[in-house]
Amino acid sequence: MEKWESNKAWFLVLPAFIIVAFSAFIPLMTVVNYSIQDIFGPGQSVYVGTEWFKEMLGDHRLHDALWRQFLFSGLVLLIEMPLGIMIALAMPTRGWGVSACLVTLALPLVIPWNVIGTIWIIFTRPDIGLFGVGINSLDLLEVPFDHTAKPIYAWITLLAMEIWHWTPLVALLAYAGLRAIPEAYYQAAKIDGASSWAIFFYIQLPKMRGVLTIAVLLRWMDSFLIYAEPFALTGGGPGNTTTFLSIYLVKLATMQFDLGPAAAFSLIYFVIILLFCFVFYQALLNVGRGEKA
Amino acid sequence: MAHIELNEIAHSYLKNPKDESDYALKRIHNAWDDGGAYALLGPSGCGKTTLLNVISGLLTPSKGRVFYSGKNVTDLPPEKRNIAQVFQFPVLYDTMSVFNNLAFPLRNRGVEESEVKKRVLEVAEILDLTPFLKKRAAGLAADAKQKISLGRGLVRSDVAAILFDEPLTVIDPHLKWHLRRKLKEVHDQMKLTLIYVTHDQVEALTFADQVMVMYEGEIVQIGTPQELFENPKHKFVGFFIGSPGMNFLACSVDSNIARVDGAGIVLDDNTAALAQKAQGKMEIGIRPMHLEVHTKSVKGSLPAKVKTIEDQGSFKILTVTMAGHTLRARLPEDQTMPSGEAWLRFPKRWTKLFADGRLVNK
Repeated sequence: MEKWESNKAWFLVLPAFIIVAFSAFIPLMTVVNYSIQDIFGPGQSVYVGTEWFKEMLGDHRLHDALWRQFLFSGLVLLIEMPLGIMIALAMPTRGWGVSACLVTLALPLVIPWNVIGTIWIIFTRPDIGLFGVGINSLDLLEVPFDHTAKPIYAWITLLAMEIWHWTPLVALLAYAGLRAIPEAYYQAAKIDGASSWAIFFYIQLPKMRGVLTIAVLLRWMDSFLIYAEPFALTGGGPGNTTTFLSIYLVKLATMQFDLGPAAAFSLIYFVIILLFCFVFYQALLNVGRGEKA
Repeated sequence: MAHIELNEIAHSYLKNPKDESDYALKRIHNAWDDGGAYALLGPSGCGKTTLLNVISGLLTPSKGRVFYSGKNVTDLPPEKRNIAQVFQFPVLYDTMSVFNNLAFPLRNRGVEESEVKKRVLEVAEILDLTPFLKKRAAGLAADAKQKISLGRGLVRSDVAAILFDEPLTVIDPHLKWHLRRKLKEVHDQMKLTLIYVTHDQVEALTFADQVMVMYEGEIVQIGTPQELFENPKHKFVGFFIGSPGMNFLACSVDSNIARVDGAGIVLDDNTAALAQKAQGKMEIGIRPMHLEVHTKSVKGSLPAKVKTIEDQGSFKILTVTMAGHTLRARLPEDQTMPSGEAWLRFPKRWTKLFADGRLVNK
């Protein structure tokens, strides 16, 4: 093929390039810029090199928040993935039930985050909430249920909120994956005398791998970035027990106005998420792949 | 091994079928001999796959009964019938190795591991899959995958019949003949009943001893490839088998002459006698191959105009108009081609008469 003499077509990429620059690259670079300076006020800053990074990496409050975050995201994945798959398997495949299920499942997904927080706060309140009053009237708990009373109560409320809000997404993705399996696979399995467990492990699960990869990535990223729910519920308490990374970051940046450390923290946060997404993606892409033919 | 018998089968996918058009299978009453190779041939949507699923048990027919060697299996699920089915697209258990794929139907039935190994190795040998046994099934080519699907049927020692639902659709043309030959080999070696569904007449005619032509939910003719070609019992068979299909001309019968808009075609005496009693819309049919074309008038010939000549390599297709009707003739390459005017002769032996689409004969 002949080489084009004029490469003016490259200019057509320019608008997209400028938009991406403003939406992603420039803000990110601002953060990078902040992270290497100590900022006293407008126009007053001192170059400090990697000092903030060193400080943040050694900050025990950041460590605590990070472990809390891992625990939370891990629990979210462990509960939401199997639950979502189970819901998808139980859903009807034809008739009016399909639309009814899809609409019901989609409902939590269209409610804004902080509204969800409010709904659950009211639902679990010990004085007027259906759940709070209900469980306390049973008189089973040593300390009456109140999400501000004990860290475990706050965690349960947060997890319930998160699972209620996002399991439908996993279920919808899994359902789409299930529907895409050709009928012949089930017919062949019937003729081969496969049990429903065998059908699940050897047909349904492998065929759902693509959508489940997306579900794991989305749920990991989203739960790792969780902010609105703990903020609405207890603002990170009781104590610091629900202070996740983003809550701590916002405290640092907007309440204490430590822009330099907060910027360094943001970048570390960003790298952690990127790293984990990469690991999950690679792991799920290669799981059960074994020897290539 | 089994003799399969279908007794007055009809099937509709609707819950409350009202008239005949609601039925995907109208009335199938038929038997398949043990060890035979059969092809079910017909256009898309004629009910071939439905019929196959009725035999394998994936579908329970709305009416009628299915017998395997005299035993009523109508209500048995597929895993309880000794049947294997190969689908249009290769169905594999992607995460398993080829060995485990082949072993799957046996392990599900609780066969001992030593026996499983023996059977799998045997079948892999027959299907040339031995070198791939340890590989994952997902990475293989389409023809190897289809062999694995077939192998999952063959490993079961109790399997009575193997049903194929257009198994060569996704196979590259140059591998098709190879796989088809493999199927014949397997059939000769294992003496299983094979039922092969296809809409490709070449596939059906080369594969099977007996071809069943299906049309709109009915089996319109059963016969050897030659019978189907020479003696189509239904207009559809004439039209569907052979390339190009049979020529059909609407006519009226006047003693032993079929009148086609002024042209008279002489019928043989048997047909002419039966035609007196036949009812419905009359048509004569003749294969392009059997239609004689002459460059000048001969005894009993009818004048026609040449429209086009297509050179197909080893033969030529001539399109002519006679008394306002278009006809095709298939001529050997070396025959002198008429230009402008041609004379057609309808040999009595090959001139068939159809009443309402069905052949007029004894």
